[in-house]
Amino acid sequence: MAATLKDATAIVGIGQTAFAKQLPQSEKELACRAILAALEDAGIDPSEVDAFSSYTMEETDEVEVAKAIGAGDVTFFSKIGYGGGGSCATVGHLAAAVATGQASVGVAWRSRKRGSGPRPWKNTAVQLPTPGQWTRPFGLLRPADEIGMLARRYMHEYGATRDHLFNVAMACRNRANENPAAMMYERPLTREMYMTARMISDPLCLFDNCLETDGALACVIVSAERARDCRQKPVYVHSVAQGLPSQHHGMVNYWNDDPLSGPAWTAARHLWKQADFGPQDVDVAQIYDAFTPLIPLSLEGYGFCGRGEGASFTEGGALEIGGRLPINTGGGGLSEAYVHGFNLINEGVKQLRGISTAQVPDAATCLVTAGEGVPTSAILLRA
Amino acid sequence: MTMQTTTATTDTAPDELLLPVPDGDGAPFWEYAAQGELRVQACAAPTCGKLRFPPRPCCPHCRSFDSEWRLMSGRGRIWSYVQPHPPLLPAYAAQAPYNVILVELADAPQIRLVGNLVTSADAPLDSMDPARLRIGARVQVVFTEMGGTAVPRWVLEKS
Repeated sequence: MAATLKDATAIVGIGQTAFAKQLPQSEKELACRAILAALEDAGIDPSEVDAFSSYTMEETDEVEVAKAIGAGDVTFFSKIGYGGGGSCATVGHLAAAVATGQASVGVAWRSRKRGSGPRPWKNTAVQLPTPGQWTRPFGLLRPADEIGMLARRYMHEYGATRDHLFNVAMACRNRANENPAAMMYERPLTREMYMTARMISDPLCLFDNCLETDGALACVIVSAERARDCRQKPVYVHSVAQGLPSQHHGMVNYWNDDPLSGPAWTAARHLWKQADFGPQDVDVAQIYDAFTPLIPLSLEGYGFCGRGEGASFTEGGALEIGGRLPINTGGGGLSEAYVHGFNLINEGVKQLRGISTAQVPDAATCLVTAGEGVPTSAILLRA
Repeated sequence: MTMQTTTATTDTAPDELLLPVPDGDGAPFWEYAAQGELRVQACAAPTCGKLRFPPRPCCPHCRSFDSEWRLMSGRGRIWSYVQPHPPLLPAYAAQAPYNVILVELADAPQIRLVGNLVTSADAPLDSMDPARLRIGARVQVVFTEMGGTAVPRWVLEKS
Protein backbone atom coordinates (compact mmCIF):
# COMPACT_ATOMS: atom_id res chain seq x y z
CA MET A 1 0.00 0.00 0.00
CA ALA A 2 1.34 3.40 -0.97
CA ALA A 3 2.45 5.82 1.72
CA THR A 4 2.30 8.61 -0.84
CA LEU A 5 0.17 9.32 -3.88
CA LYS A 6 3.25 10.41 -5.81
CA ASP A 7 3.21 8.59 -9.16
CA ALA A 8 1.29 5.74 -7.53
CA THR A 9 -1.47 5.98 -10.12
CA ALA A 10 -1.79 6.97 -13.73
CA ILE A 11 -4.40 8.19 -16.19
CA VAL A 12 -4.52 5.51 -18.88
CA GLY A 13 -7.63 6.42 -20.81
CA ILE A 14 -9.35 9.60 -21.96
CA GLY A 15 -12.60 10.07 -23.83
CA GLN A 16 -14.83 12.87 -24.97
CA THR A 17 -17.91 13.58 -27.04
CA ALA A 18 -18.27 16.32 -29.59
CA PHE A 19 -18.48 19.86 -28.19
CA ALA A 20 -21.27 22.06 -29.52
CA LYS A 21 -23.74 24.75 -28.61
CA GLN A 22 -26.42 22.11 -28.88
CA LEU A 23 -26.16 18.32 -28.93
CA PRO A 24 -29.24 16.10 -29.30
CA GLN A 25 -28.20 13.52 -26.70
CA SER A 26 -29.07 13.71 -23.00
CA GLU A 27 -26.43 14.42 -20.36
CA LYS A 28 -26.68 10.79 -19.30
CA GLU A 29 -26.02 9.52 -22.80
CA LEU A 30 -23.13 11.96 -23.28
CA ALA A 31 -21.63 10.79 -19.97
CA CYS A 32 -21.85 7.14 -20.99
CA ARG A 33 -20.35 7.83 -24.41
CA ALA A 34 -17.39 9.73 -22.95
CA ILE A 35 -16.78 7.07 -20.28
CA LEU A 36 -16.95 4.18 -22.73
CA ALA A 37 -14.59 6.04 -25.07
CA ALA A 38 -12.12 6.52 -22.20
CA LEU A 39 -12.29 2.82 -21.25
CA GLU A 40 -11.84 1.82 -24.90
CA ASP A 41 -8.83 4.14 -25.07
CA ALA A 42 -7.38 2.41 -22.01
CA GLY A 43 -8.23 -1.07 -23.23
CA ILE A 44 -10.13 -1.84 -20.04
CA ASP A 45 -13.50 -3.62 -20.02
CA PRO A 46 -16.29 -1.56 -18.40
CA SER A 47 -17.11 -4.49 -16.12
CA GLU A 48 -13.79 -3.86 -14.36
CA VAL A 49 -14.70 -0.32 -13.24
CA ASP A 50 -15.10 -0.25 -9.46
CA ALA A 51 -14.73 3.47 -8.65
CA PHE A 52 -16.42 6.66 -9.83
CA SER A 53 -15.93 10.33 -9.14
CA SER A 54 -17.60 13.42 -10.53
CA TYR A 55 -18.89 16.80 -9.43
CA THR A 56 -21.81 17.50 -7.10
CA MET A 57 -23.23 19.54 -9.99
CA GLU A 58 -23.09 16.46 -12.24
CA GLU A 59 -26.66 15.40 -12.85
CA THR A 60 -25.85 11.91 -14.11
CA ASP A 61 -25.31 9.89 -10.93
CA GLU A 62 -22.82 7.06 -10.61
CA VAL A 63 -25.78 4.71 -10.12
CA GLU A 64 -27.00 5.55 -13.61
CA VAL A 65 -23.56 5.40 -15.18
CA ALA A 66 -22.64 2.11 -13.51
CA LYS A 67 -25.72 0.29 -14.69
CA ALA A 68 -25.67 1.81 -18.17
CA ILE A 69 -22.07 0.90 -18.96
CA GLY A 70 -22.28 -2.46 -17.23
CA ALA A 71 -19.82 -1.77 -14.43
CA GLY A 72 -19.17 -4.49 -11.88
CA ASP A 73 -19.39 -4.08 -8.12
CA VAL A 74 -18.36 -0.54 -7.21
CA THR A 75 -16.45 -0.01 -3.97
CA PHE A 76 -15.64 3.72 -4.13
CA PHE A 77 -17.62 6.73 -5.31
CA SER A 78 -17.34 10.40 -4.51
CA LYS A 79 -18.65 13.74 -5.68
CA ILE A 80 -16.75 17.00 -5.41
CA GLY A 81 -18.44 20.29 -4.61
CA TYR A 82 -18.10 23.86 -5.85
CA GLY A 83 -18.66 23.49 -9.57
CA GLY A 84 -15.52 24.00 -11.60
CA GLY A 85 -13.40 23.75 -8.47
CA GLY A 86 -14.05 20.04 -8.46
CA SER A 87 -12.46 18.95 -11.73
CA CYS A 88 -8.98 17.91 -10.59
CA ALA A 89 -10.24 16.57 -7.27
CA THR A 90 -12.19 13.88 -9.13
CA VAL A 91 -8.83 12.53 -10.33
CA GLY A 92 -7.32 13.14 -6.90
CA HIS A 93 -10.01 11.19 -5.06
CA LEU A 94 -9.73 8.26 -7.47
CA ALA A 95 -5.93 8.33 -7.22
CA ALA A 96 -6.24 8.11 -3.45
CA ALA A 97 -8.77 5.29 -3.67
CA VAL A 98 -6.70 3.26 -6.12
CA ALA A 99 -3.39 3.93 -4.35
CA THR A 100 -4.83 2.73 -1.04
CA GLY A 101 -6.47 -0.35 -2.47
CA GLN A 102 -10.08 0.74 -2.09
CA ALA A 103 -10.61 0.23 -5.81
CA SER A 104 -8.67 -0.75 -8.90
CA VAL A 105 -10.21 1.01 -11.92
CA GLY A 106 -11.56 4.52 -11.41
CA VAL A 107 -13.56 6.63 -13.82
CA ALA A 108 -13.92 10.40 -13.48
CA TRP A 109 -16.27 12.32 -15.73
CA ARG A 110 -18.29 15.44 -16.39
CA SER A 111 -21.28 15.73 -18.67
CA ARG A 112 -22.93 19.05 -19.22
CA LYS A 113 -25.52 20.75 -21.38
CA ARG A 114 -24.91 24.41 -20.70
CA GLY A 115 -24.93 25.35 -24.36
CA SER A 116 -28.57 24.44 -24.81
CA GLY A 117 -29.70 24.31 -21.18
CA PRO A 118 -30.70 26.99 -18.69
CA ARG A 119 -28.25 29.36 -17.00
CA PRO A 120 -27.96 28.32 -13.36
CA TRP A 121 -27.86 31.95 -12.20
CA LYS A 122 -31.42 32.37 -13.40
CA ASN A 123 -32.53 30.06 -10.61
CA THR A 124 -32.16 32.80 -8.07
CA ALA A 125 -34.88 31.64 -5.68
CA VAL A 126 -32.66 28.91 -4.29
CA GLN A 127 -29.68 31.26 -4.13
CA LEU A 128 -31.25 34.07 -2.17
CA PRO A 129 -30.75 32.68 1.33
CA THR A 130 -27.16 32.67 2.58
CA PRO A 131 -25.01 33.71 0.86
CA GLY A 132 -27.20 35.19 -1.89
CA GLN A 133 -28.96 37.58 0.49
CA TRP A 134 -25.75 39.67 0.55
CA THR A 135 -25.23 39.86 -3.20
CA ARG A 136 -28.17 38.93 -5.46
CA PRO A 137 -30.60 41.73 -4.52
CA PHE A 138 -27.98 44.28 -5.59
CA GLY A 139 -27.79 42.86 -9.08
CA LEU A 140 -24.62 40.84 -8.61
CA LEU A 141 -26.30 37.97 -10.39
CA ARG A 142 -23.80 35.95 -12.40
CA PRO A 143 -20.33 34.49 -11.96
CA ALA A 144 -19.07 37.08 -14.49
CA ASP A 145 -20.28 39.86 -12.17
CA GLU A 146 -18.68 38.25 -9.13
CA ILE A 147 -15.29 37.71 -10.78
CA GLY A 148 -15.49 41.11 -12.52
CA MET A 149 -15.51 42.70 -9.06
CA LEU A 150 -12.20 41.01 -8.17
CA ALA A 151 -10.80 41.74 -11.64
CA ARG A 152 -11.47 45.48 -11.32
CA ARG A 153 -9.70 45.59 -7.96
CA TYR A 154 -6.80 43.54 -9.34
CA MET A 155 -6.45 45.94 -12.27
CA HIS A 156 -6.53 48.88 -9.86
CA GLU A 157 -3.92 47.47 -7.50
CA TYR A 158 -1.44 46.16 -10.04
CA GLY A 159 -1.91 48.20 -13.18
CA ALA A 160 -3.32 45.27 -15.11
CA THR A 161 -5.21 46.28 -18.25
CA ARG A 162 -7.64 44.84 -20.76
CA ASP A 163 -4.63 44.18 -22.97
CA HIS A 164 -3.45 41.66 -20.39
CA LEU A 165 -6.82 39.95 -20.35
CA PHE A 166 -6.72 39.95 -24.15
CA ASN A 167 -3.36 38.15 -24.02
CA VAL A 168 -5.11 35.34 -22.15
CA ALA A 169 -8.11 35.19 -24.48
CA MET A 170 -5.82 35.27 -27.52
CA ALA A 171 -3.56 32.44 -26.33
CA CYS A 172 -6.57 30.20 -25.75
CA ARG A 173 -8.16 31.15 -29.07
CA ASN A 174 -4.93 30.52 -30.96
CA ARG A 175 -4.75 27.00 -29.55
CA ALA A 176 -8.42 26.37 -30.34
CA ASN A 177 -7.74 27.47 -33.91
CA GLU A 178 -5.36 24.48 -34.10
CA ASN A 179 -7.79 22.01 -32.49
CA PRO A 180 -10.48 20.62 -34.82
CA ALA A 181 -12.52 19.44 -31.81
CA ALA A 182 -12.68 22.96 -30.35
CA MET A 183 -15.84 25.04 -30.65
CA MET A 184 -13.70 27.96 -31.83
CA TYR A 185 -11.74 26.00 -34.45
CA GLU A 186 -11.31 28.16 -37.54
CA ARG A 187 -12.73 31.17 -35.70
CA PRO A 188 -9.78 33.55 -35.16
CA LEU A 189 -9.87 36.39 -32.64
CA THR A 190 -8.29 39.79 -33.20
CA ARG A 191 -7.38 42.56 -30.80
CA GLU A 192 -9.92 44.81 -32.50
CA MET A 193 -12.67 42.23 -32.02
CA TYR A 194 -11.74 41.99 -28.35
CA MET A 195 -11.52 45.73 -27.70
CA THR A 196 -14.83 46.48 -29.42
CA ALA A 197 -16.75 43.48 -28.05
CA ARG A 198 -19.86 44.06 -26.02
CA MET A 199 -19.36 44.17 -22.27
CA ILE A 200 -20.83 41.42 -20.11
CA SER A 201 -19.83 42.84 -16.76
CA ASP A 202 -17.48 45.75 -17.23
CA PRO A 203 -14.44 45.30 -17.01
CA LEU A 204 -15.18 41.87 -18.55
CA CYS A 205 -16.29 41.66 -22.18
CA LEU A 206 -17.72 38.81 -24.21
CA PHE A 207 -14.29 37.29 -24.90
CA ASP A 208 -13.35 37.26 -21.21
CA ASN A 209 -16.05 34.65 -20.65
CA CYS A 210 -15.96 30.92 -21.26
CA LEU A 211 -18.13 29.20 -23.85
CA GLU A 212 -21.50 27.70 -23.14
CA THR A 213 -21.11 24.11 -24.24
CA ASP A 214 -22.87 20.77 -24.57
CA GLY A 215 -20.45 17.89 -24.16
CA ALA A 216 -18.87 15.32 -21.88
CA LEU A 217 -15.40 14.03 -21.00
CA ALA A 218 -14.01 11.20 -18.91
CA CYS A 219 -10.72 9.65 -17.87
CA VAL A 220 -9.62 6.33 -16.40
CA ILE A 221 -7.25 5.94 -13.43
CA VAL A 222 -5.44 2.74 -12.41
CA SER A 223 -2.37 1.89 -10.35
CA ALA A 224 1.03 2.68 -11.84
CA GLU A 225 1.73 -1.04 -11.85
CA ARG A 226 -1.32 -1.86 -13.89
CA ALA A 227 -0.78 1.17 -16.12
CA ARG A 228 2.31 -0.44 -17.60
CA ASP A 229 0.10 -3.10 -19.20
CA CYS A 230 -2.48 -0.71 -20.63
CA ARG A 231 -2.90 0.26 -24.26
CA GLN A 232 -1.66 3.84 -23.87
CA LYS A 233 1.45 5.45 -22.46
CA PRO A 234 0.69 6.11 -18.77
CA VAL A 235 0.41 9.68 -17.54
CA TYR A 236 1.28 9.59 -13.86
CA VAL A 237 -0.63 11.51 -11.22
CA HIS A 238 2.37 13.06 -9.50
CA SER A 239 0.73 15.32 -6.95
CA VAL A 240 -2.81 16.28 -6.04
CA ALA A 241 -4.33 18.91 -3.79
CA GLN A 242 -7.57 20.60 -2.90
CA GLY A 243 -7.74 24.14 -1.57
CA LEU A 244 -10.26 25.87 0.68
CA PRO A 245 -8.50 28.79 2.36
CA SER A 246 -9.24 30.13 5.80
CA GLN A 247 -12.28 32.43 5.77
CA HIS A 248 -12.89 31.78 2.09
CA HIS A 249 -16.38 32.54 0.81
CA GLY A 250 -16.64 31.08 -2.68
CA MET A 251 -17.17 33.20 -5.79
CA VAL A 252 -17.81 36.31 -3.73
CA ASN A 253 -14.64 36.04 -1.69
CA TYR A 254 -14.88 39.65 -0.60
CA TRP A 255 -14.89 39.23 3.15
CA ASN A 256 -11.46 38.10 4.16
CA ASP A 257 -8.35 40.18 4.64
CA ASP A 258 -7.05 39.48 1.13
CA PRO A 259 -9.73 38.66 -1.45
CA LEU A 260 -7.16 38.56 -4.27
CA SER A 261 -5.39 35.62 -2.67
CA GLY A 262 -7.76 32.81 -3.57
CA PRO A 263 -7.91 29.03 -3.19
CA ALA A 264 -5.13 28.54 -5.78
CA TRP A 265 -2.63 29.64 -3.15
CA THR A 266 -3.84 27.02 -0.68
CA ALA A 267 -3.92 24.19 -3.22
CA ALA A 268 -0.51 25.22 -4.59
CA ARG A 269 1.25 25.02 -1.24
CA HIS A 270 0.23 21.40 -0.77
CA LEU A 271 0.68 20.49 -4.43
CA TRP A 272 4.31 21.64 -4.57
CA LYS A 273 5.12 20.25 -1.13
CA GLN A 274 4.21 16.78 -2.39
CA ALA A 275 6.07 17.14 -5.70
CA ASP A 276 9.60 16.40 -6.85
CA PHE A 277 9.67 19.54 -8.99
CA GLY A 278 8.51 23.14 -8.87
CA PRO A 279 6.77 25.71 -11.06
CA GLN A 280 9.97 26.39 -13.01
CA ASP A 281 9.93 22.75 -14.18
CA VAL A 282 6.39 22.78 -15.60
CA ASP A 283 6.51 22.34 -19.38
CA VAL A 284 2.88 23.15 -20.07
CA ALA A 285 -0.10 24.18 -17.94
CA GLN A 286 -3.84 23.81 -18.26
CA ILE A 287 -5.22 26.59 -16.08
CA TYR A 288 -8.92 26.91 -15.36
CA ASP A 289 -10.24 29.74 -17.47
CA ALA A 290 -13.93 30.30 -16.94
CA PHE A 291 -12.91 33.99 -17.05
CA THR A 292 -9.66 35.55 -18.28
CA PRO A 293 -8.74 37.18 -14.92
CA LEU A 294 -8.47 33.72 -13.38
CA ILE A 295 -5.27 33.18 -15.36
CA PRO A 296 -3.15 35.98 -13.85
CA LEU A 297 -4.57 35.20 -10.41
CA SER A 298 -3.70 31.50 -10.88
CA LEU A 299 -0.23 32.21 -12.26
CA GLU A 300 0.46 34.01 -9.00
CA GLY A 301 -1.22 31.45 -6.80
CA TYR A 302 0.64 28.49 -8.30
CA GLY A 303 3.95 30.31 -8.05
CA PHE A 304 4.83 31.03 -11.68
CA CYS A 305 5.39 34.66 -10.72
CA GLY A 306 5.11 36.93 -7.72
CA ARG A 307 2.05 38.60 -6.29
CA GLY A 308 0.76 41.27 -8.67
CA GLU A 309 2.94 40.01 -11.53
CA GLY A 310 0.38 37.72 -13.17
CA ALA A 311 -0.78 40.30 -15.70
CA SER A 312 2.70 41.31 -16.88
CA PHE A 313 3.58 37.59 -17.05
CA THR A 314 1.16 37.31 -19.99
CA GLU A 315 3.15 39.81 -22.08
CA GLY A 316 5.41 38.94 -25.00
CA GLY A 317 3.63 35.75 -25.97
CA ALA A 318 4.48 34.02 -22.69
CA LEU A 319 1.31 31.91 -22.78
CA GLU A 320 1.66 30.88 -26.42
CA ILE A 321 3.40 27.79 -27.80
CA GLY A 322 7.13 28.49 -27.51
CA GLY A 323 6.49 31.01 -24.73
CA ARG A 324 7.51 30.89 -21.11
CA LEU A 325 4.47 28.85 -20.09
CA PRO A 326 2.16 27.58 -22.83
CA ILE A 327 -1.34 27.26 -21.38
CA ASN A 328 -4.65 25.68 -22.31
CA THR A 329 -3.27 24.04 -25.41
CA GLY A 330 -6.63 22.65 -26.53
CA GLY A 331 -8.20 26.10 -26.29
CA GLY A 332 -9.41 25.88 -22.68
CA GLY A 333 -12.81 26.86 -21.39
CA LEU A 334 -12.53 30.15 -23.27
CA SER A 335 -12.21 28.61 -26.73
CA GLU A 336 -12.29 24.79 -26.78
CA ALA A 337 -15.27 23.94 -24.58
CA TYR A 338 -16.51 24.83 -21.13
CA VAL A 339 -17.26 21.54 -19.45
CA HIS A 340 -16.33 22.65 -15.94
CA GLY A 341 -12.65 22.27 -16.75
CA PHE A 342 -12.58 18.56 -17.51
CA ASN A 343 -11.20 19.24 -20.99
CA LEU A 344 -8.12 20.69 -19.27
CA ILE A 345 -7.44 17.32 -17.62
CA ASN A 346 -7.71 15.40 -20.88
CA GLU A 347 -5.61 18.00 -22.70
CA GLY A 348 -2.90 17.58 -20.06
CA VAL A 349 -2.90 13.85 -20.77
CA LYS A 350 -2.68 14.49 -24.52
CA GLN A 351 0.35 16.74 -24.02
CA LEU A 352 2.19 14.11 -21.98
CA ARG A 353 1.32 11.43 -24.53
CA GLY A 354 2.68 13.78 -27.21
CA ILE A 355 -0.57 13.89 -29.21
CA SER A 356 -1.92 17.40 -28.61
CA THR A 357 -2.99 19.44 -31.61
CA ALA A 358 -0.70 22.14 -30.19
CA GLN A 359 2.03 19.91 -28.88
CA VAL A 360 4.74 21.38 -26.65
CA PRO A 361 7.91 19.57 -27.75
CA ASP A 362 9.00 16.90 -25.26
CA ALA A 363 6.44 17.98 -22.65
CA ALA A 364 7.03 15.81 -19.58
CA THR A 365 5.27 17.75 -16.83
CA CYS A 366 1.88 19.44 -16.78
CA LEU A 367 -0.04 21.39 -14.17
CA VAL A 368 -3.82 21.15 -14.40
CA THR A 369 -5.94 23.38 -12.20
CA ALA A 370 -9.61 23.58 -11.31
CA GLY A 371 -11.70 26.70 -10.84
CA GLU A 372 -9.95 29.55 -9.03
CA GLY A 373 -12.30 31.70 -6.97
CA VAL A 374 -14.07 28.68 -5.49
CA PRO A 375 -12.81 25.84 -3.28
CA THR A 376 -10.51 24.30 -5.83
CA SER A 377 -8.20 21.45 -6.75
CA ALA A 378 -5.14 20.81 -8.88
CA ILE A 379 -3.05 17.95 -10.17
CA LEU A 380 0.48 17.65 -11.42
CA LEU A 381 0.85 15.14 -14.23
CA ARG A 382 4.11 13.66 -15.47
CA ALA A 383 4.96 11.46 -18.41
CA MET B 1 -38.96 55.00 4.26
CA THR B 2 -41.17 52.68 6.23
CA MET B 3 -39.92 51.13 9.43
CA GLN B 4 -41.52 47.74 9.29
CA THR B 5 -39.81 44.48 10.10
CA THR B 6 -38.37 42.46 7.27
CA THR B 7 -40.60 39.56 6.42
CA ALA B 8 -39.61 38.70 2.86
CA THR B 9 -39.38 34.94 2.50
CA THR B 10 -40.14 34.40 -1.16
CA ASP B 11 -38.59 35.24 -4.50
CA THR B 12 -40.06 38.27 -6.22
CA ALA B 13 -41.99 38.45 -9.48
CA PRO B 14 -39.88 38.45 -12.67
CA ASP B 15 -40.45 42.15 -13.24
CA GLU B 16 -39.20 43.15 -9.79
CA LEU B 17 -35.75 43.33 -8.27
CA LEU B 18 -34.85 40.41 -6.02
CA LEU B 19 -35.41 40.81 -2.32
CA PRO B 20 -33.07 39.30 0.25
CA VAL B 21 -34.21 36.07 1.84
CA PRO B 22 -32.66 36.27 5.29
CA ASP B 23 -31.56 33.15 7.09
CA GLY B 24 -31.51 32.92 10.87
CA ASP B 25 -28.00 34.33 11.10
CA GLY B 26 -28.67 37.21 8.73
CA ALA B 27 -32.16 38.22 9.89
CA PRO B 28 -30.99 40.83 12.46
CA PHE B 29 -29.10 42.74 9.73
CA TRP B 30 -32.32 43.19 7.80
CA GLU B 31 -34.36 43.97 10.92
CA TYR B 32 -31.95 46.75 11.86
CA ALA B 33 -31.92 47.96 8.25
CA ALA B 34 -35.69 48.36 8.49
CA GLN B 35 -35.02 50.75 11.38
CA GLY B 36 -32.54 52.71 9.24
CA GLU B 37 -29.51 51.27 11.00
CA LEU B 38 -26.48 49.60 9.47
CA ARG B 39 -25.32 47.04 12.02
CA VAL B 40 -22.68 44.32 11.77
CA GLN B 41 -22.49 41.14 13.81
CA ALA B 42 -19.79 41.08 16.46
CA CYS B 43 -18.60 38.54 18.98
CA ALA B 44 -20.10 39.26 22.39
CA ALA B 45 -17.40 37.46 24.37
CA PRO B 46 -15.84 40.11 26.66
CA THR B 47 -12.27 39.25 25.68
CA CYS B 48 -12.93 39.09 21.93
CA GLY B 49 -15.53 41.39 20.40
CA LYS B 50 -14.34 40.96 16.82
CA LEU B 51 -16.66 41.89 13.96
CA ARG B 52 -17.59 39.27 11.40
CA PHE B 53 -19.38 39.22 8.06
CA PRO B 54 -21.34 37.49 6.68
CA PRO B 55 -23.14 36.59 9.93
CA ARG B 56 -22.65 33.08 11.27
CA PRO B 57 -23.41 31.10 14.42
CA CYS B 58 -20.07 31.40 16.17
CA CYS B 59 -16.92 33.50 16.32
CA PRO B 60 -14.09 32.19 14.11
CA HIS B 61 -11.55 33.77 16.49
CA CYS B 62 -12.71 32.57 19.94
CA ARG B 63 -15.55 30.17 19.01
CA SER B 64 -18.03 31.93 21.27
CA PHE B 65 -21.69 31.55 20.30
CA ASP B 66 -22.59 34.88 21.92
CA SER B 67 -23.03 37.69 19.44
CA GLU B 68 -24.29 41.26 19.27
CA TRP B 69 -25.02 43.69 16.46
CA ARG B 70 -22.82 46.76 16.47
CA LEU B 71 -23.97 50.06 14.95
CA MET B 72 -21.80 51.32 12.12
CA SER B 73 -21.40 54.94 11.04
CA GLY B 74 -22.70 54.04 7.58
CA ARG B 75 -19.67 55.57 5.91
CA GLY B 76 -17.35 53.67 3.63
CA ARG B 77 -15.20 53.67 0.51
CA ILE B 78 -15.63 51.88 -2.81
CA TRP B 79 -13.28 48.87 -2.85
CA SER B 80 -14.29 47.76 -6.34
CA TYR B 81 -17.21 47.85 -8.75
CA VAL B 82 -18.64 46.22 -11.86
CA GLN B 83 -21.19 47.33 -14.45
CA PRO B 84 -23.37 44.39 -15.48
CA HIS B 85 -24.83 44.40 -18.98
CA PRO B 86 -27.55 42.05 -20.30
CA PRO B 87 -28.29 39.17 -20.50
CA LEU B 88 -29.69 39.68 -17.01
CA LEU B 89 -32.90 38.93 -15.15
CA PRO B 90 -35.64 41.16 -16.64
CA ALA B 91 -35.91 43.66 -13.79
CA TYR B 92 -32.16 44.20 -13.80
CA ALA B 93 -31.89 44.27 -17.59
CA ALA B 94 -34.41 47.12 -17.56
CA GLN B 95 -31.96 49.25 -15.56
CA ALA B 96 -28.72 48.00 -17.16
CA PRO B 97 -25.97 48.89 -17.39
CA TYR B 98 -26.08 49.67 -13.69
CA ASN B 99 -23.34 49.52 -11.13
CA VAL B 100 -22.66 47.09 -8.31
CA ILE B 101 -20.15 48.35 -5.82
CA LEU B 102 -18.26 46.71 -2.99
CA VAL B 103 -17.99 49.07 -0.02
CA GLU B 104 -15.40 48.72 2.71
CA LEU B 105 -16.78 50.23 5.89
CA ALA B 106 -14.96 53.21 7.37
CA ASP B 107 -15.35 51.70 10.84
CA ALA B 108 -14.06 48.28 9.82
CA PRO B 109 -12.35 48.11 6.40
CA GLN B 110 -12.28 44.30 6.40
CA ILE B 111 -16.08 44.33 6.42
CA ARG B 112 -17.22 44.84 2.84
CA LEU B 113 -20.81 45.12 1.66
CA VAL B 114 -22.13 44.59 -1.84
CA GLY B 115 -24.43 47.42 -2.89
CA ASN B 116 -25.28 50.03 -5.52
CA LEU B 117 -24.15 53.63 -5.91
CA VAL B 118 -27.19 55.76 -6.65
CA THR B 119 -28.00 59.48 -6.71
CA SER B 120 -30.57 59.17 -3.91
CA ALA B 121 -32.20 56.46 -1.81
CA ASP B 122 -35.08 55.86 -4.20
CA ALA B 123 -33.25 56.48 -7.48
CA PRO B 124 -32.85 53.66 -10.01
CA LEU B 125 -29.80 51.42 -10.08
CA ASP B 126 -28.49 53.24 -13.15
CA SER B 127 -29.01 56.75 -11.78
CA MET B 128 -25.33 57.47 -11.09
CA ASP B 129 -23.13 58.72 -13.94
CA PRO B 130 -20.67 55.84 -14.55
CA ALA B 131 -17.87 58.39 -14.89
CA ARG B 132 -18.19 59.06 -11.16
CA LEU B 133 -17.48 55.46 -10.19
CA ARG B 134 -14.04 55.34 -8.67
CA ILE B 135 -12.23 52.94 -6.35
CA GLY B 136 -11.65 54.81 -3.11
CA ALA B 137 -14.65 57.14 -3.48
CA ARG B 138 -16.27 57.92 -0.13
CA VAL B 139 -19.87 56.79 0.21
CA GLN B 140 -22.68 56.93 2.75
CA VAL B 141 -25.41 54.35 3.30
CA VAL B 142 -29.08 55.12 2.68
CA PHE B 143 -32.01 52.71 2.81
CA THR B 144 -34.54 52.02 0.09
CA GLU B 145 -37.91 50.52 0.94
CA MET B 146 -38.75 47.69 -1.45
CA GLY B 147 -41.80 45.53 -0.90
CA GLY B 148 -41.57 45.78 2.87
CA THR B 149 -37.81 45.32 3.01
CA ALA B 150 -35.28 48.09 3.64
CA VAL B 151 -32.38 47.54 1.24
CA PRO B 152 -29.14 49.45 1.84
CA ARG B 153 -27.91 51.60 -1.03
CA TRP B 154 -25.03 54.05 -1.20
CA VAL B 155 -24.69 57.70 -2.18
CA LEU B 156 -21.51 59.74 -2.59
CA GLU B 157 -20.55 61.33 0.72
CA LYS B 158 -21.09 65.07 0.76
CA SER B 159 -17.74 66.73 1.36
